[in-house]
Amino acid sequence: MVDLESLELLEFKISRRAFLGGGAGLTFAFTLGLGASREANAQALGGPQAINAYVSVAPDGTITIQSPVAEMGQGIMTGLPLIVAEELDADWSKVKVEQSPIAAAYHHPIFKAQYVVASISTLGYWTPLRVAGAQARRALIASAAAKWDAPVAECVTEPSVVIHKPSGRRMSYGEIAALGAGFAPLPPIDPAKDLKPASQYRLIGKGVPRVDVPAKTNGSARYGIDARVPGMAYATMVRGPVRGSAPASSNAEAVKKMPGIVEVVALDHGVAIVGETFDSVRKARKKLQVSWRGGERGAQINTDKDLETYLGDGRDPKRVGTEWKSKGDAAKALSGAAKVVAREYLNDHVYHAQMEPMNATADVRADGIDIWVGTQAPTRTQLDVAKALATGPEKVKVNQQFLGGGFGRRATVEASVDAALVSRAVKRPVKLILSREDDLGAGTFRPMTAQRIEAGLDASGNIVGWRHRVIGEPVGDFVYHPGYLKAAKNRDVIFMMGAELPYYTKVGNWHSEHIMTEERTRVAAWRGIGSGYTKFAVESMIDEIAHMNKADPLAFRLALTDDSRTRRVLEKVAEMSGWGRKRPGGTALGLAFAEYGAFAPKFGSLIASVAEISVERRSGRIRVHNYWAAADATLAINPGAFAAQVESAIVWGLSAALKERVTMVNGVVQQSNFHEYQVMRMAEVPAIHVEVLSGGPMPTMVGELGVPGTAPAVANAFFALTGKRLYHMPFTPERVKAALKA
Amino acid sequence: MIKFVVNGSESYSEQPGDTPLLWVIRDELGLTGTKFGCGVAQCGACTVHVNGEPTRACITPVSSVAGKKITTIEGLSPAGDHPLQKAWIAEQVPQCGYCQSGQIMQAAALLAKNKQPTRQQIVQHMNGNICRCGTYNRIVRAVERASKEV
Repeated sequence: MVDLESLELLEFKISRRAFLGGGAGLTFAFTLGLGASREANAQALGGPQAINAYVSVAPDGTITIQSPVAEMGQGIMTGLPLIVAEELDADWSKVKVEQSPIAAAYHHPIFKAQYVVASISTLGYWTPLRVAGAQARRALIASAAAKWDAPVAECVTEPSVVIHKPSGRRMSYGEIAALGAGFAPLPPIDPAKDLKPASQYRLIGKGVPRVDVPAKTNGSARYGIDARVPGMAYATMVRGPVRGSAPASSNAEAVKKMPGIVEVVALDHGVAIVGETFDSVRKARKKLQVSWRGGERGAQINTDKDLETYLGDGRDPKRVGTEWKSKGDAAKALSGAAKVVAREYLNDHVYHAQMEPMNATADVRADGIDIWVGTQAPTRTQLDVAKALATGPEKVKVNQQFLGGGFGRRATVEASVDAALVSRAVKRPVKLILSREDDLGAGTFRPMTAQRIEAGLDASGNIVGWRHRVIGEPVGDFVYHPGYLKAAKNRDVIFMMGAELPYYTKVGNWHSEHIMTEERTRVAAWRGIGSGYTKFAVESMIDEIAHMNKADPLAFRLALTDDSRTRRVLEKVAEMSGWGRKRPGGTALGLAFAEYGAFAPKFGSLIASVAEISVERRSGRIRVHNYWAAADATLAINPGAFAAQVESAIVWGLSAALKERVTMVNGVVQQSNFHEYQVMRMAEVPAIHVEVLSGGPMPTMVGELGVPGTAPAVANAFFALTGKRLYHMPFTPERVKAALKA
Repeated sequence: MIKFVVNGSESYSEQPGDTPLLWVIRDELGLTGTKFGCGVAQCGACTVHVNGEPTRACITPVSSVAGKKITTIEGLSPAGDHPLQKAWIAEQVPQCGYCQSGQIMQAAALLAKNKQPTRQQIVQHMNGNICRCGTYNRIVRAVERASKEV
């Protein structure tokens, strides 16, 4: 399995040609009949017959397409099969989608694993899935041609039908399967020549309803927490209050005597309570007392004090960070600037608050191990469970379920490992569920950071140099494994993404760096990763310089770029929002631009956002009334689902910009549940207007694209309204009131 | 033994009376459409109807529903074609979908009493249900759409 660092390696190694298709050596072994297809072919005639690992056809015409990626609300189990169906020339109404097994045939070509992070599922699978569909279509054509004794070259397809052009004979895909003769050998596909041009798309870009939606309206959708295994016990897990802590002693003996309790299992990182019902476990959890040892570093975290320290680190010229990205010579440009403007930005920790608390069900038997879980990382689940139980990964079967929210929280696999360890200890299947309080108290958080940007301006106010320092704990070692950062030369993509200006092409000298602080916190990838705070700093600073120059923030940004896609999203959102039109009293607009994606500027997705806000000065409450976004992920596969993802990410980002805040005292999280960790609710959501711009050659990132514009759009609107700047996320009423007084 | 009616059928629980109805429904009766989100009535994922009233099952002791009629998402309509369920599909509301059983049950209780709610009434009635995927605006649109049908 390849870690996220591969994204970075990819940036240097990948050729555009490889991604767009073409070139010898770009072969897709998984599309040749493999395990899954052999199994399917063994079924009695009349059932679906596999053409390759992705496509099966039944005599009744039903086409089953395997979806290799976990569905967590992003619409992937519609979007990926749609790509296969396009090249297959399938009648979409006859397509049935199945969640694929966890197997090499379904690996993401970049990660070499099934792993859904970084919004790159569609981008990664784009060419392999088209090849799989094209290959299956050609096999169907060859099968029909053989039956007709006609040359393949005389045959074409319409949705789910092969047609012999000279004779007009037709044979449906189902009829070909019903011949019972199997399918013609799988032909090799050259992605450069053998795939449809965009002008012939019947499905891509047209929009279809998501296949997972109906089951999510009637209670039949199955999430990890819904797994039921005969004879299973229930469990919960109590982890130490801080990273690195371990149980020293507990009142396990007393807890064990409570009604319904089966066992109390001490693991090296926590204590599990096992019972006959979840209610018995829940009650025992309230009685369990554990004293902890270790975790000394974690116990030093104190939110407010740490941010002060971070600010000091950022101001200290002797501190040298790890370079993230750069262009030109920023140091020289800054020293030669007529004026240097420095600003500092802060953000607190935030929690995923995925609606489904972390859970997994494990059945550890002598003959094998089954895991039922909704996870972003099924391959890693298989590997890590096997490692924890000192067995081979082939012994571990991961049964992928729907995810009740992923957002990066389900990219790590400790719930499955814990469930497996507990199942082994009690020799029964175990469903392990965290309480909301434990999910939050031992949660994994987006890092708290301080940022300092120094912008060098010439005598006319043009940006000639730019230096961006981001101070905070690295993420890679905790999310992946100790040693990750060292191997990645301390380049921590999850932490640093977005601290860059690749699309402001006219800024000639910029430099960004990560000043790493001591690792203390359970940190995580959190929807939007670094861009959720770095773009707050970048776009607030750009806006502030625009105003210093008495320039319109839109015109100022347009003047910073000669990239046509950047100009297009900016101009589009200006048109959508009526930028420049006089607003009713008490409201104002703020603008932000952001790219998203570790491949930027080669394969970046772009978004321009405008927020319209008002401020209740007495309470300090910001209200967002309207939010407009023009989003460009190059090629939109399923535009409606794309827009839904952007809407979702905007609510996610606004919630973090305005409300969400984890605070710690001596390492202990001070919030316990949704009454203290407040997220955006219906009454606070603005009207959201999204336009999807498409037309490019290949799909890029969507799922997180809406996040980075939110905080700066609101902060810039706040300045337009009040003449004051907000420098600390979230913009809580107290901070708003303080800013108004400043 | 505590007896009650679930989705029109006589049913019972053998759990202690202080067991939250949520876990009885999910684990004892096997109706997993009702979800656990917070355990403290702060998110609405566990919403069911008790004698027609939207109720947070996670803080409702099973003893308190003795003799009462409980409706879960599985029993809202036999074929899953309640106007809200159809509207949820038409508006493509769910993303991860985890909160949506609770959202639909909460909305169904509103429409049962107020067939033509205003937007403000919808928001006020629904504000206790969290959707972390942020599908709120689509939920409002779906309730409005369904209200034209009931």
